[in-house]
Amino acid sequence: MSNLMWGLILLVFSAFFLNLDAFELRKGQKTERISGSAGDVLEDDPVGRLKVFVYELPSKYNKKILQKDPRCLNHMFAAEIYMHRFLLSSPVRTLNPEEADWFYTPVYTTCDLTPNGLPLPFKSPRMMRSAIQLISSNWPYWNRTEGADHFFIVPHDFGACFHYQEEKAIERGILPLLQRATLVQTFGQRNHVCLKEGSITVPPYAPPQKMQSHLIPPSIPRSIFVYFRGLFYDVGNDPEGGYYARGARAAVWENFKDNPLFDISTEHPTTYYEDMQRAVFCLCPLGWAPWSPRLVEAVIFGCIPVIIADDIVLPFADAIPWEDIGVYVDEKDVPNLDTILTSIPTEVILRKQRLLANPSMKQAMLFPHPAQPGDAFHQILNGLARKLPHDKSVYLRKGEKVLNWTAGPLADLKPW
Amino acid sequence: MKLLALHQSYANRGRSNSFRGQTPLDSAVDGGNTVKSPSGIFWLILHCLCCLVSLVLGFRFSRLVFYLLFSTTSINNLYTTTTTSFGSATDIAETLSFTTSLRILSPPVVNNTTSAVTSRVVVGRHGIRIRPWPHPDPVEVMKAHKIIEAVQREQKVQYGIKNPRTLIAITPTYVRTFQALHLTGLMHTLMNLPYDVVWIVVEAGGATNETAALLAKSELQVKHIGFEKKMPIFWEGRHKLESQMRLRALRVVREEKLDGIVMFADDSNIHSLELFDEMQKVEWIGAVSVGILAHSSHHDEEPFEVQKTMDEEDDEKSTLPVQGPACNSSERLIGWHTFNSLVYKGKSANYIGDMAIVLPRKLEWSGFVMNSRLVWKEAEFRPDWIKDLDTVVVGDGDDDIESPLSLVKDSSMVEPLGGCGKKVMLWWLRAEARADSKFPSGWIIDPQLEMTVAAKQTPWTDAPPELPSNTQKVISTTQDNTEKRATKTRTPKSRRSSRGKRKHDSKNADAGASARTSGERIN
Repeated sequence: MSNLMWGLILLVFSAFFLNLDAFELRKGQKTERISGSAGDVLEDDPVGRLKVFVYELPSKYNKKILQKDPRCLNHMFAAEIYMHRFLLSSPVRTLNPEEADWFYTPVYTTCDLTPNGLPLPFKSPRMMRSAIQLISSNWPYWNRTEGADHFFIVPHDFGACFHYQEEKAIERGILPLLQRATLVQTFGQRNHVCLKEGSITVPPYAPPQKMQSHLIPPSIPRSIFVYFRGLFYDVGNDPEGGYYARGARAAVWENFKDNPLFDISTEHPTTYYEDMQRAVFCLCPLGWAPWSPRLVEAVIFGCIPVIIADDIVLPFADAIPWEDIGVYVDEKDVPNLDTILTSIPTEVILRKQRLLANPSMKQAMLFPHPAQPGDAFHQILNGLARKLPHDKSVYLRKGEKVLNWTAGPLADLKPW
Repeated sequence: MKLLALHQSYANRGRSNSFRGQTPLDSAVDGGNTVKSPSGIFWLILHCLCCLVSLVLGFRFSRLVFYLLFSTTSINNLYTTTTTSFGSATDIAETLSFTTSLRILSPPVVNNTTSAVTSRVVVGRHGIRIRPWPHPDPVEVMKAHKIIEAVQREQKVQYGIKNPRTLIAITPTYVRTFQALHLTGLMHTLMNLPYDVVWIVVEAGGATNETAALLAKSELQVKHIGFEKKMPIFWEGRHKLESQMRLRALRVVREEKLDGIVMFADDSNIHSLELFDEMQKVEWIGAVSVGILAHSSHHDEEPFEVQKTMDEEDDEKSTLPVQGPACNSSERLIGWHTFNSLVYKGKSANYIGDMAIVLPRKLEWSGFVMNSRLVWKEAEFRPDWIKDLDTVVVGDGDDDIESPLSLVKDSSMVEPLGGCGKKVMLWWLRAEARADSKFPSGWIIDPQLEMTVAAKQTPWTDAPPELPSNTQKVISTTQDNTEKRATKTRTPKSRRSSRGKRKHDSKNADAGASARTSGERIN
């Protein structure tokens, strides 16, 4: 009899609580779970799923370069430096190379800066080549697989093609020695020479503290329809237009410069971050390369990114369903951008904003220091973990050689 | 408009990162060798040839001609543009441009090329696409605004105030010249709120049709209550009566058990919408800062007089006087900023419409916000530091409560709102016309004015000598309208004769005008 009573009370309580839960979810849902083609993997914890061995390279490959120019810590290619620091103190690091699944080579190839702060890629192939020669001669693990279980971070404009001009980058192609390795890069464009299959696309580095310090209360109403700040014509390198951004940015300007819905200009205001938080759509068109830190900023500030770059591959494309979050516009459709954006149904827009409000989405775009769970470092490790276990074929038989060590332009073969 | 087309530019700019012309993608993909292939040399020679030709001709000669004529390699889709109109002849003299849309050469056989599927995105110069009418479309602008509205609504739902409470606004008013001015402003403020509003309007001198007609224009829930006492002429008396009227309204709240937040919206005050959002935070009784716009003097001499005394006083007096809660550094209420009327002793207005500064009381009612349950007979969870309304007011009589603070036993329990009084969201102003000023009943001018006043007929001494026919500023009847139209078409010679006509008309109008003034409403 008492059992029955307890059972009844328990039933009533559970019903009460379950009811409350359902009630809470229905009203004013702020965010939604994000799951990409690889599943609901944004919040996965890589610890325990893989082991990474970090090669100890002489400091001329990393520390000395950074000492020569500490600006490398703040520009958009700083991911390579912060990844190294993260791996050194991460639980996935192993000091025993025999049990490692992946091998990391800390070489800072994007730290040779001009006085203006732009990296020069001319010495990068030689630097990379020299680093690989070092690891292949001092450790047996490179020759075991010819680099198939090694990964490199190459955040420069066109990844491992090591050039800032697209034509020259295509001509060079990916460094021959890296043909079997996994590349972690910011550049991603489908069917492009500089995007290898199996590469992991990452967002460019954007300073997390700076962005957090410009947050405004979310109750401030979003009143700007489309927002963009940046160049439309690169007057220095391409005065007539047509090369820069494949003419897409210039098309945006010419078609919408007098449209009150489009808040676009080349001025750089001090309230740039605050303005993004008051906008519904933020344009992220390509520049000289298809990727840009604007995507990161748009995601952090909850502004729906409008991606104008044909065939672009966005960061962590298997973990984040970008089609549900951003708006893709073909470059040829730029003149009709206002029609496209205004014809998106309201529910779709609200859903996109809910997805953007998901904190794990924002976290996945950042490289905070110290590292936090769910951030870009962890997403990179998750991506590497998803590629495990290595296929048996990556292990070469004795004496088998696949890579051509003398391939590439003659200038690259000079020692660094 | 720019004429934009597919240009071939010659990279004679001498920069290290200047661009060569388009190279076929395939040759780049195959191995990427730097040794100059025959095709590379060919293009170089062609480049030089075209430079020379263009030097001779005087305008850019496009290599694309040769490209199209001689190209045999399989090229993927070449992006060309359709130029969009607006070509000018001068432009053509400068450049050779393609106006046709060319979609060339999808590769005839793809499967025998060595590389895998090559990108459809081609490197090189692309045209800048402009649509024929690159201006905003009004339909789309409206759609965009609807989208923005939907986004803002959602933001309000998610981040704004949850469970907003009804607002009970109490306004004492009476019929006077400026009543329409003040009440319309207040009415629109209340209509703009996203909250439910119950507006209790207490009218001195009984409920009148004038006020009722004004209130009917709003779509708010209004309780129009008449208060059977006439509004006195003196400001002192007016303040007292207004307090009594507000108590009367509180009684209504008590009797009808209205639930919500009570605020005292005087009809001549100016409210900002943020005030109402802030008020939702009140638990029992709160106080906001009120900016006192007491310097509403009309006379010319007044400002100078006042200015002198201001210089003598402290610097802080020159800033706007603000009434409201005062807090210490840990955001706790420690006192009140009140209005110091000693500064204006002897210079303040005595009667309504006096040309002097109107002073507020020490603490205005409008600076306080209360939970309506404070005045109910019975309310759950009501704290004991609140006095019952009946014990405070002895009948409807001569007792005068200066401010809602009399309703609380412990005034330190009042919650300071608006950043602890730092934010002024409400301004007190008493601008009134003279007590004997006239205004048309209901502000409707009926019958229409017939007067045409010629400058020479009026008492204004500095009138212009000649009054051209098209600068008449009159509200004229149809008769005058036809006359006006006729005068406009006539020559200047006839203008003089029309002036004579007007003189005649004005004489008639004068007689009519005097007859009508007696019919106007006397305040």
